[in-house]
Amino acid sequence: MFRDSGHLIRPAVVLLLGLGIFLAIRAAVVPKGFGKYGHYRPQALALIRSKPISFAGQDMCLMCHDDQGKARAAGKHAHVACEACHGPLADHANDPAAHKPVLPDVANLCRRCHEKDAAKPKGFPQVVTAEHSGGVLCNGCHQPHNPHL
Amino acid sequence: MIPGVDGFMYPNEVELQWSLLIVLYPYITGLVAGAFILASLERVFKVDAVRPTYRLALLTALSFLLVAPLPLQLHLGHPERSFEMYLTPHTASAMAMFGFVYLWYLTVVLLLEIWLEFRAEIVYLAQTTKGLRRVIYRALTLGSMNVSPEARRLDDKVGYIVTVIGIPSAFMLHGYVGFIFGSIKANPWWSTPLMPIVFLFSAMVSGIAAVLLLYVASMKVKKMAVDMRCVDTIAKYLFYTFCIDFTLEMLDLVHRTYESDESFRSLDFMVHTRLFFSQVVLQIFLGTLVPLCLLAANQLWRFTEKARRAMYVTACSLTMIGIFAMRWNVVIGGQLFSKSFLGYTTYKMAFATREGLLPAIALMLLPFAIFFVLVYLLPPWQEPEHVSAPAGD
Repeated sequence: MFRDSGHLIRPAVVLLLGLGIFLAIRAAVVPKGFGKYGHYRPQALALIRSKPISFAGQDMCLMCHDDQGKARAAGKHAHVACEACHGPLADHANDPAAHKPVLPDVANLCRRCHEKDAAKPKGFPQVVTAEHSGGVLCNGCHQPHNPHL
Repeated sequence: MIPGVDGFMYPNEVELQWSLLIVLYPYITGLVAGAFILASLERVFKVDAVRPTYRLALLTALSFLLVAPLPLQLHLGHPERSFEMYLTPHTASAMAMFGFVYLWYLTVVLLLEIWLEFRAEIVYLAQTTKGLRRVIYRALTLGSMNVSPEARRLDDKVGYIVTVIGIPSAFMLHGYVGFIFGSIKANPWWSTPLMPIVFLFSAMVSGIAAVLLLYVASMKVKKMAVDMRCVDTIAKYLFYTFCIDFTLEMLDLVHRTYESDESFRSLDFMVHTRLFFSQVVLQIFLGTLVPLCLLAANQLWRFTEKARRAMYVTACSLTMIGIFAMRWNVVIGGQLFSKSFLGYTTYKMAFATREGLLPAIALMLLPFAIFFVLVYLLPPWQEPEHVSAPAGD
């Protein structure tokens, strides 16, 4: 009986061999501990942590710029973080004298959020900038930290 | 205004993300599933009349299966990354799980069944050919030259079991492709639980039609007589499957029309304008109604052999075009309208780009090249009666 069924073992051996090679490759190339915290390699956390920090975080900004913070808290931009408009400023926070931040380019900054677009919610303040101010910069009329006129 | 856009589109809807290659993917996978299910008719359901196409159907399924993932890999770029799907599979991803369904179907079902079916032929050729062919056949024997009647009986028995396992596997392979589209709840053109079953039956239709065409073409090339009993039986099964497929598609259409949810007006407008040619003319009229009438006529009346052959070839060619149009309408049609239901975009097909018409044509020709090689290596035309005496294991 086995004499006539022996050939059937061969494809099974080939399959198992393929599976074995696959498992060996998998063991060799999949990073150690993959999936421990989620669908990623745990080493990625240390790698990300080792990268230089770019953003200071607004708590840090408010330690020195409390007046601007108060103006912002009273207006519509209360929930917009400082660095959303001013850019990442960890270097400035670490050494204010050596790293002076550049003021935002108002002509382009405001329209990023407030340019009229039918896809935006109706209640969101939006204007056609080309028609709205006749070339006058936004901060000519609006105070950026509390933009209400 | 953006050229090609009418009305309002959200910014991410203007350009289509899924191109012609994604149309090819369900089309090719469908041919695999359909061809295999036709092969199973003979093996499991004992429809002896289709025996002449059994081996041909298996080789057709393998030729298309080997090409099935290529459109996806070309679409995504970085084909080497697809291996990651096996190394670190994400169980919540339907696409990742497809990799395993594909591998299961390729190795455990199709390759095994082909090996068992052609083993006697392989052993014979390993003993009678010379040079490189001999090396290939000897490798394909996996070292066993035993083709004794008892060994062949066992092959047949195991082959039967593999086919029985293969039928749900083929259903899973293509049902899954429909599931990928049907489960996208954000898109009303796709989101229906009928999608997997519609895909499955259309796959069977296209696969059966493809095998019939390949069989008739092969007989013509080989200057051999077409077995009309076989072709008549395949056409009969094609007709039955097509009826179910058409019923399911119409059920979906009637349901959508009667339900008339918030997307209906937009989708209805699209079918009457941008999709009119591909959906109404190609898919429904030329690709479904005309072949159905031709096949139905053969069930009602008796035509001459020549007329029947011409009718079948016409019906199957139109069916292939119709099913391709169906895939096109699903994939491309589903991206032409805005989720706001207020606008429509246009699909602009490129030519000699990574996802253009040229690679699509090349990908569609590749299975035929593979088929040619497979048929050369494993001639499916005759039964292995000339196999030598058992040579031991």
